[in-house]
Amino acid sequence: MTAVSVERGVEALRQQVDASVASYMSSCIHCGLCAQACLFYTETGDPKYTPQRKLEPLYRVWKNDFTLLGRLASMAGLGCKITDEFLDEWEELIYDSCTLCGRCTMACPVGIDITAVVRKTREGMVASGHVPEGLIGAATRAVEGGGPMGDLLPALKAVIRRSEAATGIPVEVDKEGAEYMVILSAQETVGFPEIVEAYSKIFKQAGVTWTISTKAFEGTNVGIQIGSRDIARTLVQRVVDAAEELKVKAVIAPECGHAYTALRWEGPNLIGRTYEFDVVHITELVDQLIKEGRIKFKGKHKSKITYHDPCQTNRRGGMLNPPRAILAEISENLVEMEDAGLWNWCCGGGGGVGANERADELKTKVFMRKKRQLDGVKPDELVTSCANCRNIIEEALDHYEIDLPVLGLTEMVAEYMETDEIEEPAADKAVKGEDQ
Amino acid sequence: MTEPGMDLLMWARGTGFQIAIGVFLFGLVLRLIEIFALRRKADVAPPKGDAVSGGLRTIFTRFVPAPGFAALLPAQIIGGVIFHFGLLFIVFFFVPHIAVIKDTFGVSWPGISSAVINALTVLTVAILVVLLVVRLKHPVRRYLSDFQDYFIWALTVVPLVSGYMAFNAVGPYTIVLAIHVLSAELLIALIPFTRLTHAFTWVSSRYYNGAFAGRKGTMS
Ligand code: SF4
Ligand code: SF4
Repeated sequence: MTAVSVERGVEALRQQVDASVASYMSSCIHCGLCAQACLFYTETGDPKYTPQRKLEPLYRVWKNDFTLLGRLASMAGLGCKITDEFLDEWEELIYDSCTLCGRCTMACPVGIDITAVVRKTREGMVASGHVPEGLIGAATRAVEGGGPMGDLLPALKAVIRRSEAATGIPVEVDKEGAEYMVILSAQETVGFPEIVEAYSKIFKQAGVTWTISTKAFEGTNVGIQIGSRDIARTLVQRVVDAAEELKVKAVIAPECGHAYTALRWEGPNLIGRTYEFDVVHITELVDQLIKEGRIKFKGKHKSKITYHDPCQTNRRGGMLNPPRAILAEISENLVEMEDAGLWNWCCGGGGGVGANERADELKTKVFMRKKRQLDGVKPDELVTSCANCRNIIEEALDHYEIDLPVLGLTEMVAEYMETDEIEEPAADKAVKGEDQ
Repeated sequence: MTEPGMDLLMWARGTGFQIAIGVFLFGLVLRLIEIFALRRKADVAPPKGDAVSGGLRTIFTRFVPAPGFAALLPAQIIGGVIFHFGLLFIVFFFVPHIAVIKDTFGVSWPGISSAVINALTVLTVAILVVLLVVRLKHPVRRYLSDFQDYFIWALTVVPLVSGYMAFNAVGPYTIVLAIHVLSAELLIALIPFTRLTHAFTWVSSRYYNGAFAGRKGTMS
């Protein structure tokens, strides 16, 4: 990363101040209600984790430089201090104890979008060099190697081969003119590769043409998590270039909350223009294919399931209904947890917390919230639509020795979908590539 | 000889009042310019929903506390709501206050009976005391509170108590009334320069919050 300093950090924070930030900073009444919305407070009882505290770095910059009284105070040497020690102290609040889940934003009575402020503050933390090691590592690997886990192209090729062997459906990589380009989250490529089989089956059945670019197949955007516009822009640009080169109609955002936020909401603003293609989340697309009658189901999942809403696709992304519409088609026994939907609690590992080893203990502790939600409904299985949530939840369930299988929504769709033809043996397949 | 405090009261009602309103208006315009002149960059991500209706929605829906919060923090939330309404009615619907507003700005509206305002004042002050106790006792509120939080609490409570005393003829009338007028003027003048600014910016903050959500096809 480029040279870092407090001055650069302050300058990066200055860049983040706009009318919304100034309005927020003028509004906080120190009521503390936001604490009750944040799992880092509710599960630790430590008031330092109150979301309001996470406003402080940007508050100081705003006050010093964007208000008359603050400027006068600064001139007199009485301005708010922003030092290395101060930023050091806040690093834990900004990274380890905020998953950008968005609950506090929903709860603040004066309407402060605290989550957005934390996201903005990370820009200043990066520029001043106050970023957890784990995230720096992931960011470096993403910029240099293609993804947060390094170069996953060999892994992707293996995943594709495995999918072709299992489904008998060829996956056409780098195919120009396909309708959709699929990107995956690193978690999927490494931990949940069955997702490619699910895509193959669903798209074949629905008559959708799709491809994967070997130049840009990584959806995870560490730049968004770490809070660096530069890194985020580089990673988004890769996907945009590949998609525009292949002239696809849309890019399918994977089951990964921050990947969706990165490409759908932040991406166009990062590269300064709208794309020549649309961005659609896989859950939205499946919902649409069901509504159009292009996929049908042969049965329903019988055991008791519950659905965990990923913060970034749900509360911060606007996908409250599609997963539930899909589950209504494929499940007989969906029970909702307390606070499910718009107010769902975070898994505890979003927003880069999962990639930050230093936060492991805290992350596991705040999972107690999810555990209580689960205890309330006692499901046989948990379904979600974010590979990161899935990974975090599986790890935490393991830690607490809870036996609860976690399922991916798209894979469930593929499992219950009616298929036109009987599966052919893989060996016959190679010749039949073009018939979808 | 004039009654003790009469000069002070006269000054408070004349020059003092003009200064207070002047400082308030100057401060308010300054703060609004400081905020809105910053503008916002246009968002080029294609919207999934409507920002304006989302923003307007949140301005109103945020009057209702988040689900479960009222049960968690009953004193703070119910107290907070009653306090704000109490203050609003006392300031804008007490007949002598309406007379001052009419003299200054030329507009007026019907008031509420003084007996009701009197009772409302007792209730509002009682709630302010409860809220102070909460601030001192609740771990989060105590942790967040700084000098200004306690200062603006006092700034709000003094005009209420002195107003009540003046109306009910407790203590030396002229001096009590002078304290009432002066403390209210201090409160008015400091609104733009303290956390009391939220009396205006709650509207824009809620709007922005709701508009960002609305644009993404979600709600806040
Ligand atoms: S966004 Fe979520 S994790 Fe971050 S401060 Fe708000 S409630 Fe806490
Ligand atoms: S809920 Fe909003 S106003 Fe209250 S302390 Fe938190 S940020 Fe400030």
